Amino acid sequence: MSDIKNIRDQFVSKLKYELSLDEINSVKTELFGKNGQISSLFKTVGSIPESDRKSFAADLNKIKDELQSIISEKIKEIEIKEINQKLEKEKVDITLPERPFVRGKIHPVSQTIDEISSIFSEIGFSVEEGPDVENEYNNFTALNTPDNHPARDMHDTFYLDENKEVLLRTHTSPVQIRTMLKDKPPFKIIAPGRTYRSDSDQTHAPMFHQVEGLHIDKNINMGHLKGCLNYFIKEFFEVEKIKMRFRPSHFPFTEPSAEVDIGYEIKDGKIVIGEGDQWLEILGCGMVHPNVLKNVKVDPAKYQGYAFGIGIDRLAMLKYGINDLRAFFDCDYRWLNHFGFDPLDVPTNYRGLSR
Amino acid sequence: MKITFDWLKDYLTVSAKEEQLLEKLTDIGLEVESVANLSEGLDLFKVAKILKTEKHPNADRLKVCDVDVGEKEIKKVVCGAPNAREGLITVYAPPGAVIPKNKTKLIIAKIRDVTSYGMLCSESELNLSEESDGITELSSSKYSKSIGKSFFTQSSSNLIDLSITPNRPDCLGVRGIARDLAASGFGKLKQIKEQKIKSKKSQTVKVKITNEKNQGCFSFGSCLVTNVKNTDSPKWLKDKLISIGQKPISAIVDITNYVMIDINRPLHAYDADKIEKGITVRNSKSGEEFTALDNKDYKLEDDMCVISDDKGVLGLGGIIGGTRSGTEMDTNNVLIESAYFDPRSIRRTAKRLNIDTDAKFRFERGIDQLSIEEGLNKAAFLIKEICGGEISKIDIQKIRTFKNSIIKFDPNSFEKVTGFKILTKDMLKILDNLGFKCKKDKKVFKLTIPSWRPDIIQEIDIVEELVRIVGYDKIKIEEPIKERKKSTLTQTQKLFHFLQRSVASKGYLEAITWSFTDAKYNDHFKGQNEELKIVNPISSELGVLRNSIFSNLVMYMSKNIDRGIKDLSIFEIGPTFFGKQPGEQNIVACGLAAGKKSRLSWLEKERNVDVFDIKKDVVQTLVEAGYDSEKFFIDDETPDYYHPGKSGRLFLNRGKESVAAYFGEIHPNIIKQIDMKTESLVGFEIFLDNLKLPKKLLKDQKTKYSVSDYQKSERDFAFIVDKKINVQDLVNVISNVDKNLISNIKVFDVYEGDNIPENQKSIAISVTIQSQEKTLKDADLDQINKSIIETVENKTGAKIRS
Repeated sequence: MSDIKNIRDQFVSKLKYELSLDEINSVKTELFGKNGQISSLFKTVGSIPESDRKSFAADLNKIKDELQSIISEKIKEIEIKEINQKLEKEKVDITLPERPFVRGKIHPVSQTIDEISSIFSEIGFSVEEGPDVENEYNNFTALNTPDNHPARDMHDTFYLDENKEVLLRTHTSPVQIRTMLKDKPPFKIIAPGRTYRSDSDQTHAPMFHQVEGLHIDKNINMGHLKGCLNYFIKEFFEVEKIKMRFRPSHFPFTEPSAEVDIGYEIKDGKIVIGEGDQWLEILGCGMVHPNVLKNVKVDPAKYQGYAFGIGIDRLAMLKYGINDLRAFFDCDYRWLNHFGFDPLDVPTNYRGLSR
Repeated sequence: MKITFDWLKDYLTVSAKEEQLLEKLTDIGLEVESVANLSEGLDLFKVAKILKTEKHPNADRLKVCDVDVGEKEIKKVVCGAPNAREGLITVYAPPGAVIPKNKTKLIIAKIRDVTSYGMLCSESELNLSEESDGITELSSSKYSKSIGKSFFTQSSSNLIDLSITPNRPDCLGVRGIARDLAASGFGKLKQIKEQKIKSKKSQTVKVKITNEKNQGCFSFGSCLVTNVKNTDSPKWLKDKLISIGQKPISAIVDITNYVMIDINRPLHAYDADKIEKGITVRNSKSGEEFTALDNKDYKLEDDMCVISDDKGVLGLGGIIGGTRSGTEMDTNNVLIESAYFDPRSIRRTAKRLNIDTDAKFRFERGIDQLSIEEGLNKAAFLIKEICGGEISKIDIQKIRTFKNSIIKFDPNSFEKVTGFKILTKDMLKILDNLGFKCKKDKKVFKLTIPSWRPDIIQEIDIVEELVRIVGYDKIKIEEPIKERKKSTLTQTQKLFHFLQRSVASKGYLEAITWSFTDAKYNDHFKGQNEELKIVNPISSELGVLRNSIFSNLVMYMSKNIDRGIKDLSIFEIGPTFFGKQPGEQNIVACGLAAGKKSRLSWLEKERNVDVFDIKKDVVQTLVEAGYDSEKFFIDDETPDYYHPGKSGRLFLNRGKESVAAYFGEIHPNIIKQIDMKTESLVGFEIFLDNLKLPKKLLKDQKTKYSVSDYQKSERDFAFIVDKKINVQDLVNVISNVDKNLISNIKVFDVYEGDNIPENQKSIAISVTIQSQEKTLKDADLDQINKSIIETVENKTGAKIRS
């Protein structure tokens, strides 16, 4: 026993000094090498009298573990130290620029369409679509605007044939016709999309975006129309209160018809929606004309409802403070970058329309 | 429609302010477009007298005038008018005044070295008449005591411009607007008794309407006023016309304009002596010609309604008169026409000849058929009053008789549509004020529609009248119910939104460009499609529907590069067109990337964007959208606008049903032709309509979760193959060797050149082998190895590189 203890004490004190890796390794060999002191002692276990053998082996194992653990601790210490020394030489200028990344953006019109869809989704509207090229019937005649109607002059139409039978749709209203012809009432849809008029100046572009709304059921009246639009405008502009004015107007496909203005004021050069005493026209709407319902084989004695058409680009301009309509379609990367939205900013009901 | 409050007061007894008027007009659907003060600044124009004229020292035709403008100081004014002479009373405009005609603001100016303080004005410059040959001459008897006073009488009434909707022809007359206002409680309509012609003289110009098919004239009233002396209009009439921005011309013309605006009754005045043997209203014959009052020659087609005499066409009925029979200052005998023309006929003719006149605008909306006599009465008396002469009896020819229409109205329909109630009594009062005659018939009313309301045809029109007058603000708000019975978006729409954001998330800026494009650009990208011309494009640069989104994106990319950006990715998701019929369009997500990666990077070597960058974007986008890239099949057949060697076509599976996407470098010749200054240009097109929608919902797409924890081993192979062999085929062959054991294949090197025979290449592939059931033994691995090499060699002619 004393032999073992001596060896232990001797080496423990030896290992107390600061040693190099080589020195530690040589200590290790001295102890556990082929002819190392501990190894040699293990070889003697067999010759120990049976009565003492068990305790001898136990002591020996204990010492072996202790020394081994001291040695591996020692080695680890040195390795860490070495890493630390190395690290000091590895310092970079962390203010150097990161690897470049590029940010894509979603066009404000697309973002606005998603916002609109999200709002109307909450109150049960689903999204319908129709083609950009329309026939004369769906765009005008079915919408109670026959060829000789002066209201046609309100739409400067792009035609694709000399007979004026196919055209680029001048509004999203033909989607009403398509939807009602395809299905049976009730209908509760919105239809966002591209629309075209041969009109081009600072405030008009030959292509723009509209969203059509249509709600037909058994007892839908002008109060529902007002409620729906009131809800939409408040949600869209993310304001508590909104000043809204319904004004009588005329569209061949609705009757009674209205144009809707919202109140605004200019504060510090920016437009503030919902306050002030200025009015801004933002949409046209009305009760779907019985003639239109007849044209799509819906019985106006049983069903009635409202329709509306909103200029999407206009809404986007108002909400996001964009002044120039033409810039929407100019594809200037500076503009797209400035007014575009991060693709991860998906408007949703639970997260809110915008950050 | 331009009106003034003062003019309205001819028909309305009212004490309200203009502000309230404007509000009311808008509230009842007569939208106020703008309000302008026409007389603003006109007080600066003074009555002035020329005291002395001298020849301008440096110009033969100019004079220097000393002008008395009622101030102490005599003004020196340079004037070029031949009639500028001593003693003339005229109109003086000081520096700072704005000339009504050309809106220029006067300044103190040196004219050939002589300073001129202001200007002496011609009638034309003051918008008083067309007279521009000399300065205004004012009669000394009337004006000699007014020197220094304002020439224009101040009008306190602003010019109100209303946007009248096409269904309301009655409101194209001041009286109609007054009637609507009165019905809504804004003032009281004055009852003015119509003065009727009681003449014994007959109307001697014979009028005939031919009763033929498509006859556009239903009735034609006329009255002859003989021995008139046409003159300038009196001040009240001039002022009236000027107050709504019109220019007085001569008494006869001004009177017809006045009656038209006042009660929306278009008239036409002929010089009766220029009519050759009576008037025939008939259909035109193709080839007939005439010169209209707009001084244009028109060549007519068949079936246009013309007023003609023995010599030919005098004018287009209800649209425009001709120069041959127009009234002049020396006209002695005036024939006034007051007729009814069919709106459809008017519209058709005006469209075909491309004419727009005040009369046409009114007739195509529908004129009151019972206003023929009233118009003649009003005009004839005014002519007599101003120009003298004798009035004949009224002559009316007609081929159709007008009858007021009658419709039934159920008062309950009001609440059904508007959601609120008003008393039947109130309904009747409103209708009565609007000119309807109401008769109770059991539970409904029989309404006689006033002749000036051709827009009222059915019950809903009555509801609109009532709610319009009662006020839209009375409509109660019904809060919407938050309930969704049907999903908002279809699978296709969801895919659209997903791809849109997926592409953007890869660094692309989303653009929205026109659906039409420049034929020149479209030509490069139309592929097999035919060009789709727009008949009436806004400009030739926007003359065709786009066959591909590239035409616009490339053009705008080029512009952006010119703006100085070098590295840019843009995309658009929207329609492209392959035919002119509705529905002949595809939804395409089209992206374009230009320039370099890692330009001026301190970290990495810069390089051009290339086909594998764009391939990554396409494949990643499709994978993100839920398509299995293991099944993708790619070949190199692409449209001619792609680089023939560096572009590809992607199918969702080997069946090659329809093309999911094209991608690649844009053809260098196109870049050259459009002169785009970029190092590299790559693009893609993903065809949404060709992407089969996943049959399962996302929740069902997740298959059973199973992974293997058995040891995997990676083996590398290098094959030498013919250059024509695709890596895709090679990889396929390998994966088919043992689908259960081969879990991943990765191409890590492709090499051509030294040590490799010509027309061959070396492809290095790492294959991961792993079993789901056990740890593979060396023997198993060797077996697979052997199989891979044998199969590849057999199927592709490749040789394993040793």
